[in-house]
Amino acid sequence: MTDPRGDRDARDAGTRSQDVSHESHDNLVRADVTELEVVEVREGAFGAHGTGDTSGFGGLTRPVVMPGPSQRPYGGWFDEVADRFAGGAGLEGAIEKVVVDRGEITFYVRRQLLLPAVTHLRNDPVLRFEFCSSISAVHFPHETGRELHVVLHLLSMTHNRRIRVETTTPDDDRHVPSVVPIYPTADWQEREAWDMFGIEFDGHPALTRILMPDDWPGHPQRKDYPLGGIPVEYKGGTIPPPDQRRSYS
Amino acid sequence: MTQTTDPYAGTTDSTEGPVFTVTGQDWDTIDVSDLQGDRLVINMGPQHPSTHGVLRLVLEIDGETVRDARAGIGYLHTGIEKNMEFRTWTQGVTFCTRMDYVAPFSNEAAYVMAVEKLLEIEAPEKAQAMRVLLLELNRISSHLVCLATGGMEIGALTVMTCGFRDRELILDLFEMITGLRMNHAFFRPGGVAQDLPDGAIEKIRSTVALLKKRLPEYAALCNANPIFKGRLKGVGHLELAGCLALGLTGPVLRSTGYDWDLRRKQPYWGYDTYDFDVVTRDEPDAYGRFRIRLDEMWESIKIVEQATERLAGMEGLPVMVADKKIAWPAQLSVGADGQGNSAEHIKHIMGESMEALIHHFKIVTEGFRVPAGQAYGAVEAPRGEIGCHLVSDGGTRPYRAHFRDPSFVNLQGTSVMSEGGMISDVIVAVASIDPVMGGVDR
Repeated sequence: MTDPRGDRDARDAGTRSQDVSHESHDNLVRADVTELEVVEVREGAFGAHGTGDTSGFGGLTRPVVMPGPSQRPYGGWFDEVADRFAGGAGLEGAIEKVVVDRGEITFYVRRQLLLPAVTHLRNDPVLRFEFCSSISAVHFPHETGRELHVVLHLLSMTHNRRIRVETTTPDDDRHVPSVVPIYPTADWQEREAWDMFGIEFDGHPALTRILMPDDWPGHPQRKDYPLGGIPVEYKGGTIPPPDQRRSYS
Repeated sequence: MTQTTDPYAGTTDSTEGPVFTVTGQDWDTIDVSDLQGDRLVINMGPQHPSTHGVLRLVLEIDGETVRDARAGIGYLHTGIEKNMEFRTWTQGVTFCTRMDYVAPFSNEAAYVMAVEKLLEIEAPEKAQAMRVLLLELNRISSHLVCLATGGMEIGALTVMTCGFRDRELILDLFEMITGLRMNHAFFRPGGVAQDLPDGAIEKIRSTVALLKKRLPEYAALCNANPIFKGRLKGVGHLELAGCLALGLTGPVLRSTGYDWDLRRKQPYWGYDTYDFDVVTRDEPDAYGRFRIRLDEMWESIKIVEQATERLAGMEGLPVMVADKKIAWPAQLSVGADGQGNSAEHIKHIMGESMEALIHHFKIVTEGFRVPAGQAYGAVEAPRGEIGCHLVSDGGTRPYRAHFRDPSFVNLQGTSVMSEGGMISDVIVAVASIDPVMGGVDR
């Protein structure tokens, strides 16, 4: 078993050149506190904006904060897996951050090193994540430079463990390496992510649309793509389509 | 003899060779005299009675032998995941229950499991027992549909009539407990929508007794039937390594002899306290999967009986979390004009308490907020692992909901299961995967 401290130093050394701010965060945040990451700030609610609003809703400001990087120890088998993962050959600096939240562990992996990372996760006998349960994508239009996230849920049937591997890509360069060579089951799931979010999986054998028609314009599950719908009239009142109704968030 | 004319039939040319459109009874209109080679690509579906719904199979055939098989999907895509981003967390159940419409409770289960993980709450014991009861009844009804449609596709029509007859018994139970035969939206974040109605326990017991009498009929009809075995044995072969690589779970995975079942391996809602066996078989073909489904129905009956006994001793216990900031404020009851909110609740909010009215209004229209973060909930559906990846931004609606539907993933096994076999075996192989297109396309 590798020494956890040694692994951590190696990882820090790898990330230092690329991400200075990450290192300074480590010094600022106490070990028992989870730092949250602001990905968006929303203003107003329920259709109220600007002057002339007497409801008070227009003055609301709500930051959207996601759970931030966690500090050691992660607890349970998380530390063992994190050490073993970070210690993989050629994976220096691959792990951007580790988030432990609600009993689940998420490894944020730099997209350039996604393929060697999942190869190591599958092949290492201590890790042995031989099953890729699910691949999905999430669009955060306000997270500049990391707008699109690809989320892999890996399952180790050997050790009965689940982890989440997440990688991000900027919207103006939507490229993520395909994991089909490692997990053939990713074929359709990556096609779905391409279809719905426009993420190009480099190395995929046949990246074509899967759910939408072949000639469909746009990628429907992106946040800038409207839901669509028509207003419905009922007993004299008109109800707008769901994405144009007033909302609380 | 008059020649059939069809306005849609005809011959067109493409870069790959001539394209013939035939719609039945008009094969003699095709002129193959100037064709080169034997390679023929046929398009089976999406409107074909044997493809289990709107599944399109593109088959490259050489005589009767399939050389290349590809599945085309998307004909039933309804944008459920996108729609869920515009509704409250509670309303989400109403959408996702419509995905895999043969096993609606599994969809709801994966979703509420993920929401409850995000909220860090646990449903009360009675709600968990009711969920287990409904999930297992649903497993029986789903397997019955699989056997019924699979039988119909190979010409075993008696299996079909028996399967749908017995499924109806379970749908009657669902109707009594949830109010609907399918698309129940009965599991809610924090519990279930409603307590068991009066007389439900007795009705479950009598239905289970009847099912126990009828289930042996399938084994008697099929297990040793030489025609049935001839069509199923050795067809749709897929070993363990292939299953893991392609992501297949459920009966297909267990037919390789691997006892992977989330109910046992990662138990939820008290599954570890029920006595049942995980059925496996060392016959990774359509016949093995058929036998696994038969045996799994018996195991589900065992769980249903245990859950019924537990529920009989839980009368009056809550079926929803006590937290009023999450629990739905009203209880349904049967009024003079059918279903509606209970008279006591209406009296309370309309006549007694202004605060109760405000609370009712806020929780119904605005809903509750879920702390930001993400979670993955996975349950063992009749077809395998159904997973729900939920992302919350701290608001009243899911920021992103993604479902890992077992039909979608398992359907990737179509090619490897049917290439090299006959066209008739493609039907059997697809039926042994048991895809439900509502779940595949979402």
